[in-house]
Amino acid sequence: MFFSFEEKKLRKVPRFANACGAITTTKKGAIPALPSDKKTLACSSHDLLFFQTKAPFSLTRSVKKTKPANAMAMALRLYLLLLVFLSSAIVSFSLYEDQVGLMDWHQRYIGKVKHAVFHTQKTGRKRVIVSTEENVVASLDLRHGEIFWRHVLGTKDAIDGVDIALGKYVITLSSEGSMVRAWNLPDGQMVWETSLHSAQHSKSLLSVPVNLKVDKDYPILVFGGGYLHAVSPIDGEVLWKKDFTAEGFEVQRVLQPLESSIIYVLGFLHSSEAIVYQIDSKSGEVVAEKSKAFPGGFSGEVASVSNDKVVVLDSTRSILVTISFVDEEISFQKTLISDLVEDSGEAEILSPLLSNMLAVKVNKRTIFVRVGDQGKLEMVDSLSDETAMSDSLPVADDQVAFASVHHEGSKIHLTVKLVDDLDTVLLRESIQMDQHRGRVDKVFINNYIKTDRSNGFRALIVMEDHSLLLLQQGAIVWSREEGLASVTDVTTAELPVEKDGVSVAKVEHTLVDWLKGHILKLKGSLLLASPEDVVAIQEMRMKSSGRSKLTRDHNGFRKLFIALTRAGKLYALHTGDGRIVWSTLLKSPACARPSGISLYQWQVPHHHAMDENPSVLVVGRCGSDSSSPGVLSFVDVYTGKEISSSDIGHSVVQVMPLPFTDSTEQRLHLIADTDGHVHLYPKTSEALSIFQREFQNVYWYNVEGDDGIVRGHGMKSSCSGETADEYCFTTRELWTVVFPSESEKIISTLTRKPNEVVHTQAKVSTDQDVLYKYVSRNLLFVATVSPKGAGEIGSVTPEESALVVYLIDTVTGRILHRLSHQGCQGPVHAVFSENWVVYHYFNLRAHKYEVTVVEIYDQSRAENKNVWKLVLGKHNLTAPISSYSRPEMFTKSQSYFFPQSVKTIAVTSTAKGITSKQLLIGTIGDQILALDKRFVDPRRTLNPSQAEKEEGIIPLTDSLPIIPQSYITHSLKVEGLRGIVTAPAKLESTTHVFAYGVDLFYTRLAPSKTYDSLTDDFSYALLLITIVALVAAIYITWALSEKKELSEKWR
Amino acid sequence: MAKLTPFFFLSFLIISSSLAFQSDEFGLEGAQQQTPTTRKRYSDPDSDSKVQFSLEHAFGDSDFSPAGTFSARLKSWSHGGKTLTKLRFSRNGFSDEEKDTFKNLLKGDDFYRIRLPSNVISPPGKEFVVASVRARCLPRDGLDEHFVIHMEGANILALSYGSLGACQYPRQFKLPAKWSFNSHTILKSSEQAPRTPIFTEEVLGGENAEGEVEPPPERSFWAKYWMYLIPVGLVVMNAVTQATNMAEEQTGGQAGGSQVQQSARRR
Repeated sequence: MFFSFEEKKLRKVPRFANACGAITTTKKGAIPALPSDKKTLACSSHDLLFFQTKAPFSLTRSVKKTKPANAMAMALRLYLLLLVFLSSAIVSFSLYEDQVGLMDWHQRYIGKVKHAVFHTQKTGRKRVIVSTEENVVASLDLRHGEIFWRHVLGTKDAIDGVDIALGKYVITLSSEGSMVRAWNLPDGQMVWETSLHSAQHSKSLLSVPVNLKVDKDYPILVFGGGYLHAVSPIDGEVLWKKDFTAEGFEVQRVLQPLESSIIYVLGFLHSSEAIVYQIDSKSGEVVAEKSKAFPGGFSGEVASVSNDKVVVLDSTRSILVTISFVDEEISFQKTLISDLVEDSGEAEILSPLLSNMLAVKVNKRTIFVRVGDQGKLEMVDSLSDETAMSDSLPVADDQVAFASVHHEGSKIHLTVKLVDDLDTVLLRESIQMDQHRGRVDKVFINNYIKTDRSNGFRALIVMEDHSLLLLQQGAIVWSREEGLASVTDVTTAELPVEKDGVSVAKVEHTLVDWLKGHILKLKGSLLLASPEDVVAIQEMRMKSSGRSKLTRDHNGFRKLFIALTRAGKLYALHTGDGRIVWSTLLKSPACARPSGISLYQWQVPHHHAMDENPSVLVVGRCGSDSSSPGVLSFVDVYTGKEISSSDIGHSVVQVMPLPFTDSTEQRLHLIADTDGHVHLYPKTSEALSIFQREFQNVYWYNVEGDDGIVRGHGMKSSCSGETADEYCFTTRELWTVVFPSESEKIISTLTRKPNEVVHTQAKVSTDQDVLYKYVSRNLLFVATVSPKGAGEIGSVTPEESALVVYLIDTVTGRILHRLSHQGCQGPVHAVFSENWVVYHYFNLRAHKYEVTVVEIYDQSRAENKNVWKLVLGKHNLTAPISSYSRPEMFTKSQSYFFPQSVKTIAVTSTAKGITSKQLLIGTIGDQILALDKRFVDPRRTLNPSQAEKEEGIIPLTDSLPIIPQSYITHSLKVEGLRGIVTAPAKLESTTHVFAYGVDLFYTRLAPSKTYDSLTDDFSYALLLITIVALVAAIYITWALSEKKELSEKWR
Repeated sequence: MAKLTPFFFLSFLIISSSLAFQSDEFGLEGAQQQTPTTRKRYSDPDSDSKVQFSLEHAFGDSDFSPAGTFSARLKSWSHGGKTLTKLRFSRNGFSDEEKDTFKNLLKGDDFYRIRLPSNVISPPGKEFVVASVRARCLPRDGLDEHFVIHMEGANILALSYGSLGACQYPRQFKLPAKWSFNSHTILKSSEQAPRTPIFTEEVLGGENAEGEVEPPPERSFWAKYWMYLIPVGLVVMNAVTQATNMAEEQTGGQAGGSQVQQSARRR
């Protein structure tokens, strides 16, 4: 490296400067070295000559006249010299790499685990292979829970099964059984991939033979899309396939008895007839076929209890049917559930892989049913409450064990029992569990041999909040907060204000430590630091206590990101280091677990910031249907405690924060329900009076995407006529925009962020002309495509597809701008800020993605250019604007090609809106590209004039540039990127950026560089020392020159 | 081709062959894009029919009642599209009863709502396009109203309705002097987005590569070397002042001075 060669020399440089400084300030002989003073020493010293030549000319002149100035000039000169050396030293030291992680953090997740396969046979690394609901297949370290490797499959590529084949490949089946992949177990490299033919939607099945002999190659059997495929585990070649599409046959079980070449395939025909095929595993030919009709019909899961029997429920879900199918004939044996358990109801078969045993859930109880040799069923045990169970696991001596986990208070009990003998408990452990993890959802167990040759068990459990924990020896070995892989909504919150008593000393430990740290930093910047020091400095920067403190800072760099996840859990993440400050699982009196919909800032105290805590509003609903009743939950941001939670008794379609707050600074919210009524929250008389005052000026709209209608509504009256609720209001339809269903389909709608700050309304163009931005909060951007073109890119010809974009005023329903792009297609990703919209779509004619910018300018104010008019007050700038006035506006737009496909677009936002904006484009590669808004300026021309160039207008190009350095995620990937959230810091130049997907990523951005603050690594100690040295130098040289003057006068 | 052009176009002496070639291409592209539609538009005998659709209005929350009729000619193009032309509007005046309700609207600053069928050919069964305005925005001398009807083929997409000019807020209660409508109607259809400009710099560069690569403009000596010249100048001036200072006592200074002069001449 360049640095290593130069280091010695560079180190000499500051040393030399220091030495020079020391000599000049201490030694008498150095003073005459000043160029103007004496001539004798001028040429004698090599080093000092250097001084002379570098000295600025103007200073030498002034030196002659006044003596104190002489001293000053010299000190200045020294200082300048020192600075020159220092700056050159810093420049040569490339800082980019070690800046990574200073302002940003990145967290990797996998999502809620669906399947887990342990791989612990070998003595090497113990690992578990998991597949998740976020379509991730990953290998985790069993000791620490770290990710060895991970692959995020596409959003439509859901994983159906995962297993290990040949002891070295991880086999995954995805996309409804049409894609089989093999990954190398140690490093996760893909070994082969086979795409299987699929004709219809059906459930899929993966069966990997369990054989320890590698030399015998049994095929992997895959059922999906109506076909049974045999795939070679070595290279993924399809050995044979059997077509079951024509018969309406659904495979339920595939059985490969060991040491046998016959495969038994059991399936149901139209859910009423059981068919067993015996297939030769080498050729795929059907050796034998037998079938038997079952008049009652089957339903639900099949539980295979042994090698020759399966148990299934009949269509009424009240009879268990045992099917033995390996013998000559298929035989059914019915057992009424009411015979097994007294209060029977609808039953459900759980955990279908216990040998000779089956677990049935009836009436919220889990009963264990043993299957006798003759197919006779008997109940052996029952468990109350909700109990999670694992699949069976073979332990030593042909015994099979399973684990069950149930809750009791704040503890969970893990029990491992033998299947054959439920009284033999192999393991019983109780573990303290955080209440906010909810119940246990899934259990996977694995055994190991302890040193005393007994069996030990480890259990991997998935909790209701999607977190993943490993339990071993009665303790939680590690846990992963996998809920954060499915963030649905994000908002920001401030941290508490630093209270009295929390002084600098407490934060920085002691002043000595503080000084030490700064000296260390100084050493680093002077390149005097040893390698250990460098490490210490880096560590100090990463862990600087100021970064992760739980109080508000002056620059607003420390904040909380409140994230709502799909599991209905709320997390508060610290911007400094990304740690979870608190987390809360939502609860509701009405239903056990409401699903979270969205998140709003409920109370942001400014006046009482010291003694009132801010809170957020979480809107959820009980059930997945949009008409199911809603739940409101208010959560304290500082502590994470749920202040209150209420069932609101009506459905939630739309939540609208209003621009009003009450005296406690709670924001007023309107919630629209399915009946067309709106409800006001908070339900206080004060809020009601505030709302009544503005009642006439409240409008709202809704978008009916399926019908292609946008409707605007106004407030009508209180719905006191229908209900006694005085916080409920009826509305009336004021306008509709009806998109013709045969030619247009809404694919995207977007509004401005309600809390966005616009710094200036005017934009001064090059010819001293003023353009007024049309800044309206009531603008809605709508993009429609031809119904044919709503599918995948390339599914239509350019002539068939058109994209039309609209800007609609949501108060009056006026269409302010309408532009159609012929031969273009969605998906449309757009961002709306100030007076501009940027949207991204596909141009079928050019076979490229395009980005179009639309800027809207107000013409009714264009007359206000005359200074005299402004001085005399003859302008209409302060007049209230009414939406009912006919809008006089014009738009400017321009299109550019963009070389990448886009997942999401956001825009930076700063505290006052002065800093120029950057578009944050989440690319298909799961990275975030920061693109200056200047590149998507509609005023770009081919040959900008000199004046335009000075204004910063870039010459027009047909495509937008992608500068590799402007990826703000640098080398990282935010896997499965879904959204980008920006929030302003207090410092105008800086903005917080938070991106979420399967991974989380946070960074601070300064779109126009940090023009209003010094960088973090600015050495204050160096500045201080320099000033002190400078003052000392001035004083000493002044004293010396006085002396000299005196002696000259005496001469 | 590049070789042939000079033969045929001898008269065009200095025009570079590549430029001519390129402009040809541009022309072709433009023609391909535009001619079919424009030709059809002019050559086709229009097969039009008359359509009528009614405007309905409502006062506040009352039911809709007829308020006027639009009549237009429906042009069908051979490529399947249909457009409305020659729109005429006849507005029914307010009846006395309606005047009273309208006065009530004015007093309450309530909404005056209008609607049109979203499809002019087969109105029944389809959605209506609704627009509304605060009643106090309408009265000037008479009742000023301004319709902007956004069309997509024979479908009405949206209706913008309001007074012709501004509607000042707070809205003042004012009765119209005349109870007659002053209606303006505009039909609007979608604008086509301009094609993204494609620059053919690469093509140009390739053609030019044969010999005519334009060298970057020559910068002046000063512009190139100012960063070296300024320090040199400073040093020189520094030396000169020193030399003059030392001139009385030391002879060596003069030699230095002459050197400086030489370097200055060179510059």
